[in-house]
Amino acid sequence: MAQIGYSKKVMEHFMNPRNVGVIENPDGYGKVGNPVCGDVMEIFISVKDDIITDIKFRTFGCGSAIATSSMVTELAKGKHVDEAMKITRGDVATELEGLPAQKMHCSNLAADALHEAIKDYKKKKENKEKGGEKQ
Amino acid sequence: MKRIYLDHASSMPVDPRVVTFATPYLGEQHGNPSSLHSVGLEAKQAVEDARGKVAALINAENDNTIIFTGGATEANNLAVRGTALRNINTGKVVVASAIEHMSVLNPMKDLQKNGFTFTMIPVDTTGLLDLKKLESTLSKNTTVTSVMYANNEIGTIEPIREISTIVHEKGLYLHVDTTAAAGRIPVDVQKDGIDLLTLSSNDLYGPQGAGALYVKPGVKLQAVLFGGGQERGFRSGTENVFAIAGMGEAARIAKAEMQQESERLIPIRDKLIVELLTIDQSFLTGHPTKRLPHHVSVRFSHIEGESILLNMDMYNIQVSTGSACSSKTLEPSHVLLAIGLKHEEAHGSMVCTLGRSTIMEDVPVVRKAAGETVERLRKLSPLSNEWRK
Repeated sequence: MAQIGYSKKVMEHFMNPRNVGVIENPDGYGKVGNPVCGDVMEIFISVKDDIITDIKFRTFGCGSAIATSSMVTELAKGKHVDEAMKITRGDVATELEGLPAQKMHCSNLAADALHEAIKDYKKKKENKEKGGEKQ
Repeated sequence: MKRIYLDHASSMPVDPRVVTFATPYLGEQHGNPSSLHSVGLEAKQAVEDARGKVAALINAENDNTIIFTGGATEANNLAVRGTALRNINTGKVVVASAIEHMSVLNPMKDLQKNGFTFTMIPVDTTGLLDLKKLESTLSKNTTVTSVMYANNEIGTIEPIREISTIVHEKGLYLHVDTTAAAGRIPVDVQKDGIDLLTLSSNDLYGPQGAGALYVKPGVKLQAVLFGGGQERGFRSGTENVFAIAGMGEAARIAKAEMQQESERLIPIRDKLIVELLTIDQSFLTGHPTKRLPHHVSVRFSHIEGESILLNMDMYNIQVSTGSACSSKTLEPSHVLLAIGLKHEEAHGSMVCTLGRSTIMEDVPVVRKAAGETVERLRKLSPLSNEWRK
């Protein structure tokens, strides 16, 4: 039977999103989307010894945009950054028991935002190490 | 939680009196109006009675001006394609307001494949048609001009009599979609000067699956659906007797009760608008006074309409939105863009269409739910600074 509307899991994450908010001075920050398209997501991470110890998000967008953001923070929390880098849009959708077909692309940007945050972390770390060598 | 249904523009419950009236046509009186035996004649009589009631609602010249269709979308397609193709020798230009329903705009776009030129007339920020632009656009090559009586998304009522004067001074046909307006404000094809008019059954508290096109005597039209020649050849296919009989009864009730119901709804509408606009960074969409009696449309900055809709549903309040995310095309409402909203502004729209079940006591409940919804979504949104509070 075709799925009508959102799954219960999507609605549960939409109504009770995990890890909402901001981290001041995060170790990594990623932002994707654009308000014109109707979806903007940002993810903040704190990292210790390459493990994501804290993660927060804020999202402007539809129900699935909010639910996927919430889900990706749950999947990434406590993971090694290299492991978290492997989380895909498909993983997020699967964990949410599926998304309506037309939502798979536009509103499933949360994994991208996570990847951006991890890249930002790695860049900062690299810069720090380079800075350290100079001393 | 009590259900507060504020999406009457999308679908309405069928009036219980209509259900009682039309139900026999699903059972005992199941005849085909084209059959000559007594069961068929009963069905034929039901369709003709309905034709008279629908004609009376819009003060049509005679009952034969009414063609029953499968709904307003089909009536709009018949009006646009039927006049354009029938009058192709007089010109190949079709004209519509930028805020018409897709069932007017898309058939006009499609006519471009047949060599027609399609011109859209802009509206101002309240949704009123640019009459000067209309006047300068119309030419003897225009076959049909379509302007809705009132808009379903922003509630704005167009100055149809002025528009009709402009169109008729050029000797052209005016088609008016009254899906949102009929049964809520008086529509009179003779006083308003309307050549073709679309009606929807469900928008009158009638069953889904019926609509009608009024065609003024003398207007040249051709069929879009071909077959057995029902509806004087303009709409082939066995009549949906149940839905048509119900539409007729719904039209009769609407004519009798419209004024009283509008007078009841207008204070509720106005109170709801005032209350919703007390929410920080909320704005009315559409016209402040030239507005349908049951129509409330607003937008909230920094949040997205589908989320608003889902969150309001958690309070058992059903609303609608012009946000892209809730549409099949993933484009924001063309109506909201036509009144000059930016994409990100159009995403935050919320439309409440009131109905017979709506009472003044609903207003504070809706205001509270909307306030909490907006606050919650803004806390989630990177576009606002709510989280800092």
